[in-house]
Amino acid sequence: MAKLSLSDLREIRVREERNLKKRDIHGRSVHVVVAMGTSGINAGAKLTLNALADEVEKKGLENVIITQTGSAAPNPEPVVEVYTPNEGLVVYGSVDKDTAVRIVDEHLAGGKVLEDKRIELKEGE
Amino acid sequence: MGFKNYILVCGGTGCESSRSDQIYHSLIDEAQAQGVADQVQVIKTGCFGFCEQGPIVKILPEDSFYVQVKPEDARELIAEHVIKGREVTRLLYNKAPRKAYEEVEDIKFYQKQLRIVLRNCGSIDPENIDEYIAADGYKALEKVLFEMTPDDVINELKTAGLRGRGGAGFPTWMKWNFTKQAEGDEKYVVCNADEGDPGAYMDRSTLEGDPHSVLEAMTICGHTIGAHHGYIYIRAEYPLAIHRLEVAMKQAREYGLLGKDILGSGFDYDIEIRLGAGAFVCGEETALLQSIEGHRGMPQPRPPFPAVKGLWGKPTVINNVETWANVAQIINKGGAWFASIGTADSHGTKVFALTGKICNSGLVEVPMGTTLREIVYDIGGGIAHGKRFKAVQTGGPSGGVITEENLDTPIDFGGLQKIGSMMGSGGMIVMDEDDCIVDVAKFYLNFTVDESCGKCAPCRIGGKSLCNILEKITQGKGEPGDIDQIQQIAHAMRVGSLCALGQTAPNPVLSSLRYFPKEYEAHIQDKKCPSGKCKKLISYEINPSKCIGCTACSRKCPVGAISGEVKKPHKINGNVCIKCGVCKETCKFGAIEIH
Repeated sequence: MAKLSLSDLREIRVREERNLKKRDIHGRSVHVVVAMGTSGINAGAKLTLNALADEVEKKGLENVIITQTGSAAPNPEPVVEVYTPNEGLVVYGSVDKDTAVRIVDEHLAGGKVLEDKRIELKEGE
Repeated sequence: MGFKNYILVCGGTGCESSRSDQIYHSLIDEAQAQGVADQVQVIKTGCFGFCEQGPIVKILPEDSFYVQVKPEDARELIAEHVIKGREVTRLLYNKAPRKAYEEVEDIKFYQKQLRIVLRNCGSIDPENIDEYIAADGYKALEKVLFEMTPDDVINELKTAGLRGRGGAGFPTWMKWNFTKQAEGDEKYVVCNADEGDPGAYMDRSTLEGDPHSVLEAMTICGHTIGAHHGYIYIRAEYPLAIHRLEVAMKQAREYGLLGKDILGSGFDYDIEIRLGAGAFVCGEETALLQSIEGHRGMPQPRPPFPAVKGLWGKPTVINNVETWANVAQIINKGGAWFASIGTADSHGTKVFALTGKICNSGLVEVPMGTTLREIVYDIGGGIAHGKRFKAVQTGGPSGGVITEENLDTPIDFGGLQKIGSMMGSGGMIVMDEDDCIVDVAKFYLNFTVDESCGKCAPCRIGGKSLCNILEKITQGKGEPGDIDQIQQIAHAMRVGSLCALGQTAPNPVLSSLRYFPKEYEAHIQDKKCPSGKCKKLISYEINPSKCIGCTACSRKCPVGAISGEVKKPHKINGNVCIKCGVCKETCKFGAIEIH
């Protein structure tokens, strides 16, 4: 390894900070939960999850937490729940890869709910 | 694609001794086997502090805090949490999954803590210099090398009001300034990592969890005072800390953060490790320097102080690990920021190793001024097994006991001294009603007698004499003049001993005498030990009205001292009984009593 100059050190810091920040979850206000029960995975939730994660990374959104849940989801799957401080809780159905990208771009980054993909929860769901 | 989950596994000595290293490897293997190796990053970190509940595994981004994890749990953590997204409830600290979107509230153990020294412990991989750099590591060094003058650095420390965390609380800036002003072109920087108080492990955990924070601070000091060599004096019984230091030093050298022409600044500096053999007295600075030089670790008269005439007769700054770990943060965030934390007398935070009869034993870092009550009850969760609080020993074998009446004293250097104890390096041992105060004082005294180097008479002879008196008292042979004699010997040791080891050795006895005079009297006059600890002063008896004659105790008694017919009250033969207490533990009916 070469000895570092001042600018080398700063470069490493910027590069590595990005990685370390991903582990810092304090103050992240946007939660995205992907329903990953057996039926969800069967419907392609895994691809949805990957697409969401990739797009969030690509867009450099630092206040987003993506998690999964194993519990049963309403139809049509794959189901993604998005919680933002402004729009509150929004549930999307039939979220394929393209829709996942749209959710990140339009809802998370743009603050605009995708009305065409929104599903309403029935009592108890 | 980035990782979706980050698994932090505690790699401190405490958790490693409960197989956290195996947990780490099992998690990696399981992630591989279950096909999600590209989705999770497993990171071994430093100590989380919550040692009572170790081994600790934290999974992000859910912030799931798993406790008492076993290597066998790795499969389930990967299959359930990582793949299915379901928290493994039985391993969670609070045993209940968090509701989605809920603000993550710190568990009670962490709520009153403020982590400056331990800022990176439990969050970064101590064996990866890049992670330290990402967490603002070596930023302070940059500043010191390229933007600040040595006087600026000393002024910043002065504004911060950082005082030595090794116990004495001497202002750090003054040490640095004296050494800087001392004449001579050869100067040294020394890190005192010879942590020796019984029950204390703050320095070990800091070095294990964030070794670069100490290396960076020592380099900053070298540049400030004009030294090119540093030494870390650490005891050989800290192998993991030594290993992490060696890894850190190697990586720092590869990056040119140690060695010649650091970051192109023209400044040369390197650090060596010196292993100590674990003698308590080597934590005393002049003895430590002797030991580094290859001599027997014996304290030297001061003055001259190390700042003037230290290692190899050259001006030397010697600071404790925790002191070093504060330095880079002070340079980064400013002395005023540091001074805003804590009390007027003591700024910043203090790390304590909370142990003894407490629910949550572990490593805690609190702002100065936090009360003992907050540490014992809010962070520590109170006394274990529903027993009554008796006292806390701070300052280890040089400190004293603090009782219920002083629990609300804000902890800082001055406050603890006022109530007859001292800050010390940070050991905090909690005692409950079952602990005999004379016995505890005897324990600490035995420790200092063992660890005395024997050079000066007050410590060598005084300590032994005190020990003999206490032994006599716990044997039931105490006499009326004993207390006076203790006071006299203690005074002679305080005034006449060469170093702090001897000067402070009588403290545990004196402070326990001050707060528990009745307990000493009970031993001396009534030949009784109120807490039932001193074997010579107690006898086990069976209460016939409670004994149902189940024979459980007589079967467990290792010396066959218990006899009696089935279903009839039993009896203990006091001549045979060795007072081991097994019968009392065995009896389900509380029939066995101590008299």
